[in-house]
Parts: sequence; C-alpha cells; structure tokens
Amino acid sequence: MDGPIPTRMGDGSLVRMTRAEIEADILAGTEAGAKRAKVPPLGEDELAHLVDIFASPARFSAVDIGDEVILTSDGVGSQDAGSRITDLQNYEQTVCTDTVELYHHDYSFKPIKPVLPFEQEIMRQTQLLLTIPVHYGAMPDLGRYTVPDGPVPNWSQLLPLGRIDEARAAQEEAVELAVDDIVYVAEGMYEAGADGINLDTAGAAGDADFLASLRAIERIRARHPDWGIQIGMASEFVLGMHGELEYDGVRLAGLWPAAQMRLAAKAGASVFGPAINVNTGKTVAWNVARTCTIVKPCTDAAEIPIHLNGGMGVGGVPMHALPPVDAVSRASRACVDLLKLDGL
Amino acid sequence: MGGLRTAGDLVARMQLTRRMRLPEAKAYVADRLGVTPADLSDPVMMSDVRRERGLGTIPTEDTATVADALAIEAKVNISRVLDVPVRSVERFRALTTGA
Repeated sequence: MDGPIPTRMGDGSLVRMTRAEIEADILAGTEAGAKRAKVPPLGEDELAHLVDIFASPARFSAVDIGDEVILTSDGVGSQDAGSRITDLQNYEQTVCTDTVELYHHDYSFKPIKPVLPFEQEIMRQTQLLLTIPVHYGAMPDLGRYTVPDGPVPNWSQLLPLGRIDEARAAQEEAVELAVDDIVYVAEGMYEAGADGINLDTAGAAGDADFLASLRAIERIRARHPDWGIQIGMASEFVLGMHGELEYDGVRLAGLWPAAQMRLAAKAGASVFGPAINVNTGKTVAWNVARTCTIVKPCTDAAEIPIHLNGGMGVGGVPMHALPPVDAVSRASRACVDLLKLDGL
Repeated sequence: MGGLRTAGDLVARMQLTRRMRLPEAKAYVADRLGVTPADLSDPVMMSDVRRERGLGTIPTEDTATVADALAIEAKVNISRVLDVPVRSVERFRALTTGA
C-alpha cells in the first residue's frame, strides 16, 4: 500500500504517512534506541515485521493464535462505580484479564500503612469471590518520606544548594523507612490471602527508590519462597539522584532494563516490568522500534518472566488517558512478537 | 491470554509462584491438564477442561451451574491440580479445620 496510511503520534493524535515514511521512522527509532542505551539495533527481519504491522490500515492488530501472553496490571478498575470488589469481579468475568490488582487511591506504600486493616479486609473478601490471582499494589514512592510530608530532609531542596552529603544521607535514611513500610504492607497482604505484591513505578525517585524496592523484595522473598512478587519500573534507566548506591555490588545509577532485570531476579522478584518512555513528538512506530531495541537485551537474558509496561506513555502506547486501540494493539503485538515477552 | 475464559489465570500462577517464563509455564499447565500449550488460549476447549476439573469458570447461567466449582472452591482444585500454593486456599483451610 503506497497511499497515506492512518497511524498515530506518541500523543495519540492521528496522522497519515506513506509506507516509506513509516519505514524510515522505524529505522530512526531503532537507531535512537541503540545509541541511547548502547545496545545493538534491531535486525532486518525485525524491522520488516514492524513495517508490516504499522503499514496496515486495520483498526486492530494481534499476535498469532497460540502466542497470547499474560496480562498483569498496576491497579484495576476505576473505583468510581460500585465497590472495589465489583471492579475486580468485572475485570475477571467481563474483561477476562489473567490477573487483577487491588489498590488504594493513594497508591503508595507509606499511606497504606495506617489503613492496612481496612485493605486487608477488602483483600480477604475479594479472595473468597475471585478465582484468578489478585495482587495488591502500590508505589515505593521515596519522595513521600521527605519534609514536609515525611521525617527526612528533602534532597530535592538540598541538591540545588550543593549540600550533596546531606542529600545522600537523607536518601539512605528514606530507603530504610520505605523498606520497612513495603515489607509491613506485604506481610499484611500475605496474611489476608493476596496472591502477590506489586511494587509499581520502582525507581521513580531515582537509585535510592530502586534500592528500597530491591531490599524489600529480598526480605519478602526470604519469608515467602512461593509468593508472587512483581516489580515494574518507573522509567527506562535509573536516575542517579544519589549516585553511589549499590545492590549486590552493582552501582544502580544509570542502569538500563537488562541490568535492572538481573538485580530484580537476584533479589527474588517473580516478574519484572521494564518501562520505556514515549516521545510524544514522534510516531508510535518510532517509539515501538525504540522500545524493542532497548528491551531486547533484557528479554534475551531474562531469568524470570518479563511483563513490559504497556500503557499511557510507556512501551510505545500513546501518552493519552484514552489511548486509541489501533495504537495499543500495534504496540502490544509488536513488542510481544519481537521481544518474546512473557506478559504485558 | 483470556483469564477465566481460557487458562490465563493458571499460567499466571506458574509465573508468580514458580517464576517460570511463558513457554515453560504454558507447557507445565498443559501437561497437568492433559492438553497442548496452544489449547490453553482456546475458550471452547478450556471451558470443558475447566468444568471437568473444577477449575472455575464465568459464573453466569450460560456458563456454570451450581454443580460447578467457583472462586474459592475452584482455587482449592487449582492448587491441587497445578501443585502450587494458593495463599487464600491455605487461609481457608486453616480457618475451617475446626481446630
């Protein structure tokens, strides 16, 4: 097809491009990913497959029958209709997802702590009513531990003043507090019957945030060898807000998905979710090519299941609250086909 | 994969509890159920398999009767058939032994 083909930008807007223009964007996307993450670009066959997917004018695109993958989520349901339990039942029985996740609107482990008994009761009732695995999820969210919301000096205020040692000490103190809170909530959810815990947007506050997540996973896994522990990243590489933190002898700042996955597996995670940011000024085809390029070394070396973060603004899915299904399905299919994902 | 319509929840349980990658998880579940990995995402095939083995299904009058195991009842069977721990089943047993 040589005429204009409807396709999407990273902000979700519809544009029309020729097959040659889409092909050029895909090539530019893999080159951008290879340069940024210092990894090999996609091969010719992989690029050709992406062109076939994105040059189709079909409303929907999908993997071959038999190649379906598992879907996990960071929070399920709108919490605006019925109860949280009916939200999860609807996803199990109408949407038919493979797993669901119970969550609190204030989606961080720290604020969950004081309401944990209420959350446990919802989990307990949910477990009596649902068949599919039900996670509990929240974010490590290290920033919650800084003043004025928490007890620790605010490193975002200290760093611009050049008070580096104090900023680092504050982050190290926050790590200890966050680990305790994550483990506390996880233990409560284990007791209530949850099938697992999800540490969502790990590393959002940088290397200390990722370290807190890894240490929490290590402690949870030591107590519960068969329990589900999922970790999803906040962005494609770990920001060095501290800069010197290590886990298992590996410096955390600047790690890309393959190295992140190895540490998550070492800590004891069941499932690792890499997150690759979307450039809204580029096409979805460009973003998907870049995503696959950056994540391929991760899935090639994976020791545990990899569920790529595929949603609003990550994994090639447009940054829009109502992402178009044509773009979501293309991004999902392309990533599953090229990366041999275990899930999304 | 289709969740309760197929065997998506069962494959997910192998990823969560045994940290199996997808091909291994599908092969394990297929072997335990006596089907092929490709069958696991077929809702027609799996509706029969799930009902025969009491692994749960969509609870409507078109898909289940009161003789079908659902929810916590189904999870007791899932734990046994897949030979994996299901935390809610462990709790259920602990709270209903009469001890």
